[in-house]
Amino acid sequence: MTILIIQILNSLFYASVLFLIAAGLSLIFGVMRIVNMAHGTFYAVGAFVTAWLVGRAIALGVPAGWTFLLIPVGAGVVALLGIVIEPLLRPFYRRAEEYQLLVTFGLLLILEDVIRLLWGGLPLSADPVMDVLPSIHIGGLIYPGYNLVVIAIGAAAAVGLWAVIYRTKFGVMLRATSQDRRMASALGLNVALIYVSAFAIGCFMAGLGGAIIVPSQAAVLGMGIDALVLAFVVVVIGGLGSLQGALVGALIVSFVRTAGIQFFPEIELAVLYLIAAVVLLVKPTGLFGTA
Amino acid sequence: MILLETVDLSKRFGDVRACDGVNFTVNKGEFLSLVGSNGAGKTSLVNLISGHLKPNSGRILFEGKDVTFATVYERIKAGIARSFQIVNLFDGLSVFDNVALSIFSREGKIARIAALADHDQDVRRETFDVLGRFGLNGKSSVPAGGLAQGERKLLDVAVAYALRPKLLFLDEPTSGVSTREKTQIMDTVSSVVRAGAVTAVVIEHDMDVVFRYSDRIAMMHEGRFLADGTPEEIRANKDVANILLGAPLSA
Amino acid sequence: MTVAAVSRLQYRPKLLLLAAAVVVLALLALLPPYIGLYQTQLLTYGLIAAIAALGFNLLLGYTGLLSFGHSAFFGIGAYSVALLLRDAGIHSMELYVLIGLPIAAVTSALFGYICVRHTRIFFGILTLALSQVLWTLAYKFFWVTGGSDGLRVARPTLLAGMLTFTGGGSFQRFINAYYYYVLGVFAICVVIMWVIVHSPFGKALQAIRDNETRAAFLGLRIRRFRWVSFLISGTFTGLAGILWVPLNGLTTPEVLYWPFSGEIVFTTLLGGFRNFTGPIVGGVLFTYLKTYAVATTEYWQLLLGVVLVLLVVLLPTGIVGAISAVADKLWPQEKSS
Repeated sequence: MTILIIQILNSLFYASVLFLIAAGLSLIFGVMRIVNMAHGTFYAVGAFVTAWLVGRAIALGVPAGWTFLLIPVGAGVVALLGIVIEPLLRPFYRRAEEYQLLVTFGLLLILEDVIRLLWGGLPLSADPVMDVLPSIHIGGLIYPGYNLVVIAIGAAAAVGLWAVIYRTKFGVMLRATSQDRRMASALGLNVALIYVSAFAIGCFMAGLGGAIIVPSQAAVLGMGIDALVLAFVVVVIGGLGSLQGALVGALIVSFVRTAGIQFFPEIELAVLYLIAAVVLLVKPTGLFGTA
Repeated sequence: MILLETVDLSKRFGDVRACDGVNFTVNKGEFLSLVGSNGAGKTSLVNLISGHLKPNSGRILFEGKDVTFATVYERIKAGIARSFQIVNLFDGLSVFDNVALSIFSREGKIARIAALADHDQDVRRETFDVLGRFGLNGKSSVPAGGLAQGERKLLDVAVAYALRPKLLFLDEPTSGVSTREKTQIMDTVSSVVRAGAVTAVVIEHDMDVVFRYSDRIAMMHEGRFLADGTPEEIRANKDVANILLGAPLSA
Repeated sequence: MTVAAVSRLQYRPKLLLLAAAVVVLALLALLPPYIGLYQTQLLTYGLIAAIAALGFNLLLGYTGLLSFGHSAFFGIGAYSVALLLRDAGIHSMELYVLIGLPIAAVTSALFGYICVRHTRIFFGILTLALSQVLWTLAYKFFWVTGGSDGLRVARPTLLAGMLTFTGGGSFQRFINAYYYYVLGVFAICVVIMWVIVHSPFGKALQAIRDNETRAAFLGLRIRRFRWVSFLISGTFTGLAGILWVPLNGLTTPEVLYWPFSGEIVFTTLLGGFRNFTGPIVGGVLFTYLKTYAVATTEYWQLLLGVVLVLLVVLLPTGIVGAISAVADKLWPQEKSS
């Protein structure tokens, strides 16, 4: 029974991270109709930046408790990166899809190597952040309190994002632009500003995902690609462009993955892709997708 | 001889009755113009007949056979073809290839992988024949995307014609083209109809064109047929005049 | 127009093309003594890359589907050879091709079946995901695949065992003989692909690429055409993998990893994906570029990314496309028939 609870918590932990990445991807697609192939790499950047900052902070003698604040900083850095990059991508929103994919794929190659250039090939961890929080006892077993915080962050992000999109004026503008770009600009909306904002939010989410996972799991090269593929499975299941879809998809993928690791460790990835393939066969737009 | 017949054909979009119990016939060899204001139901009717839309009720009979539930492709094979309001071509392929593809498809040769498309003499000959009829011979190796608007319209009709349909629906074939090109398109269509090669139903808004080329004019209004007859009969019809001028209909 | 006139038009440009191809082939055949052993080896790699790109472009340039997972087929080809050697003791190049090619074909058929049901974005990432599955399998089942160390492959025998390469001076003999072997296969591949893209099937693919709705309206079974295209594409790339591994002497999971798919995409873009010879030029050129880039900097992937972006922005039709556009301006072609 205890094991079950632990597994459920692990799944929720992982789902939080996945949700952040997938929601960011979905948001960017929803507003700009572009799939950023480098999105997983933004997640990786978030992880590396955060881990590096934590390392520097500890080396400078900052008490471990404060390192927690570096998580939003790490996410913020990725958002800044997004703000810089978005205007460069904008000319491609109207071009053929192949070119969009190729350009963002080029971005992926560049960023992956920049990560390698800046931080080398060795994994970078941020354990101190995790150690700050006490461990919880669950039925005789010890469970990191940090994981619960991550779950809380994930839930908060889901609620927060929903609130921004559906309850604020900015959210209305976002939704208007995603429905009809020309109409939105004819109504006087600053479409460029909305694009940059949406992209920055999407990148922030991805970066946050990386920042919150790195205390638990070291940042390694190639994590971006794995994340991209998993995020993709999430949006396939949940539907591209849908917030609920990202949430539900993240939960499903996460639980299946946890079960898979437990029972079929060799092929847990394959099981995930199988589910994605089945969903694509049955409902190509995903559970909540609008195609 | 009746080529096509719809029996009580209806299509609703929510509360809007696009087609309301339509009984429509097309006679073999005629040039029929389908007119009416926007939203009268003309395109919906054509979509129902070509198979791009499924009816809510009613039947469609082509050459006496019930095609109400046939797929688009089955109707093409049976002999119904159409062009589209918005020109729909293979822009990356040459004018020649655009037409040749229709012929390959019609002949069931489209999946051939071990033979060169250019070497099929029968297809080549027929393609040049079709291009000749539509005055596009000089542009056969130009990519379709590089044609002027009027030529694109011509090619669009040519591609539908190359399927050698028995019944050809043209959805606003002269919209957006110059007067000279209008004449060229309609002259060509008219001549192939006269030659007995095809029966044509044309959705058209240009009344000059309609009166000049049609054997028969049928007018739709709010999903139903209001008038149906020769150009003279239509000209004399008060209701038609009122619709066109915006006055109320007679009781 | 008369039938005779029609025929004349057909054949003249084709004869010209054939003449040009023969000249190029002859030049390639005569090169080895003049360029030395290292360059001959490099050119062999180039031709192999050209075969992979040629296959890839059937899917991208002619069918309009961008795959990010073609490394899967290259890798399957390479690993098939390695496993045939290790577990079945096969040394014959012909057997490698005869057995490896169907394996690549079956893999493409399977992956294609899953992927072609979908729209462009989903298609691209599905191909990426599937190739990643293969890559993880190659790592996880290390007792089969040699894990990250990979598998070694000895020099094969060519021409049904008639040519063997052992003993003194065998390296030079192998490189030279293998070059001609690959050149021969390359020539056959080019001819086959040329016929495919100029067949009614090839025209149908382009139609589907240009206007899916209208193609469906013509009665084309979109999914089936795309699937066959995928199948052929994967098989060609698989053949490249089969040819590659005896030359490289080693296969590692790297050839299944996503950056390798990126390289394949890059070669096609470099040469230009809207024409037939683009991928060939791209494949050969890229091999040289990569060799020098890898020798120059550790971060050549960064360089690749930058050049990729530049290509998309400045030279979207690739090198051959750009040359072709310039040629059109200088010598405008007669458009009338």
